[in-house]
Amino acid sequence: MADPLFEFLLRQGDNTLVLGHRISEWCGMAPVLEEDIALANTALDLIGQTQMWLGLAGEVESGGRTADDLAYHRDVWDFRSLLLMEQPSGDFGQTIMRQFLFDAFQVENLNWLQGSAHPRIAEIATKSLKEASYHLDRSRDTVVALGDGTPESHSRMQAALDLLWPFAGEMFICDDVDIALSSEGIAPDPSLLRGAWDATVTQALNEGTLTAPGGAFAQKGGKDGSRHSEHLGHMLATMQFLPRAYPDARW
Amino acid sequence: MSKPTINQIWEWLDSVPDPEIPVISVVDLGIVRDVNWDLDMLEVSVTPTYSGCPATTVISRDIEAALRDRGVKKVRIKTKISPAWTTDWLSKKGRLNLEKYGIATPQATGRPAHCPRCKSENVEKVSQFGSTPCKAQWRCTDCLEPFDYFKCI
Repeated sequence: MADPLFEFLLRQGDNTLVLGHRISEWCGMAPVLEEDIALANTALDLIGQTQMWLGLAGEVESGGRTADDLAYHRDVWDFRSLLLMEQPSGDFGQTIMRQFLFDAFQVENLNWLQGSAHPRIAEIATKSLKEASYHLDRSRDTVVALGDGTPESHSRMQAALDLLWPFAGEMFICDDVDIALSSEGIAPDPSLLRGAWDATVTQALNEGTLTAPGGAFAQKGGKDGSRHSEHLGHMLATMQFLPRAYPDARW
Repeated sequence: MSKPTINQIWEWLDSVPDPEIPVISVVDLGIVRDVNWDLDMLEVSVTPTYSGCPATTVISRDIEAALRDRGVKKVRIKTKISPAWTTDWLSKKGRLNLEKYGIATPQATGRPAHCPRCKSENVEKVSQFGSTPCKAQWRCTDCLEPFDYFKCI
């Protein structure tokens, strides 16, 4: 197994990077100005968090790679982000549902990490949690408002939930990396975060008159990099174009 | 030139405006955490407000430029993320200036105390995010003016 600490940091940084890029795709295209600004600001927070996670990953690896090197010069199979993150933004409902399902997980994850035995991880988590909590407030409110909104908004939110639900389970899979780090008190066993996530999500879905699909089937293969969907490659082709085509480009 | 005192440095830094909210200084904002001489190198610790705030890089450059203009030759800016920035660190002067400028100050209740323009308490949220990561958009239901609210974190 590769160094579990490095793998774990890539997972954290790749989640925020891929989701941050996905929602930045809305910049200038959101349905109303306020949402455009909100999405762009959320993307900024996520990219800022990425710099901290991938920056630390580079230090831990000790190979001289910076956060930018890791973000722009790795291919699909080296990404350790959840499959949920790379799913296309779709319509606004799909974007907000993806955000909510992740935010509800991320707040629990960061909350745990604030007390990590690794002080640098604890610092990054403490900083990020303030932002993630704010994201959750907003994505939760929006899921409820659109779920319990017009017949059109309701049906779009339900369709988004049905589409994304099978991707939620991967957040709670506990593999060798998680076992190694949780035994040292560095990171949580993700399966233990499920209870709190279920409670947050169930309550919001109920308020939003939405129904979670049954079944425990979970798509997996993102966080260990073994089976990313074709969407990630297309996304990276856009995201990485400039630094790959013009490696010496500077602001 | 003899080494300026730490107090003198803080005074100089208090004249460096926030690039996006120029009525408050970087010291008012509470992001300058520490100033220290390391022999002839001046080390300034800066903490970001929001981790992705684009102003952070500009602020570091502005701080460096302001100190160089006053004759400090060697400056090192250190980014410090812990303890995490909180709006509790906004200075009193900063709060007053924000309010005068038309930006409602952060409140523990999570909502502005009143409209910065007409002081009415009848205000409503327009959006959780505003023109910069640190602000949200609100509106006064009496004078009907929209205004920025500095988020409390």
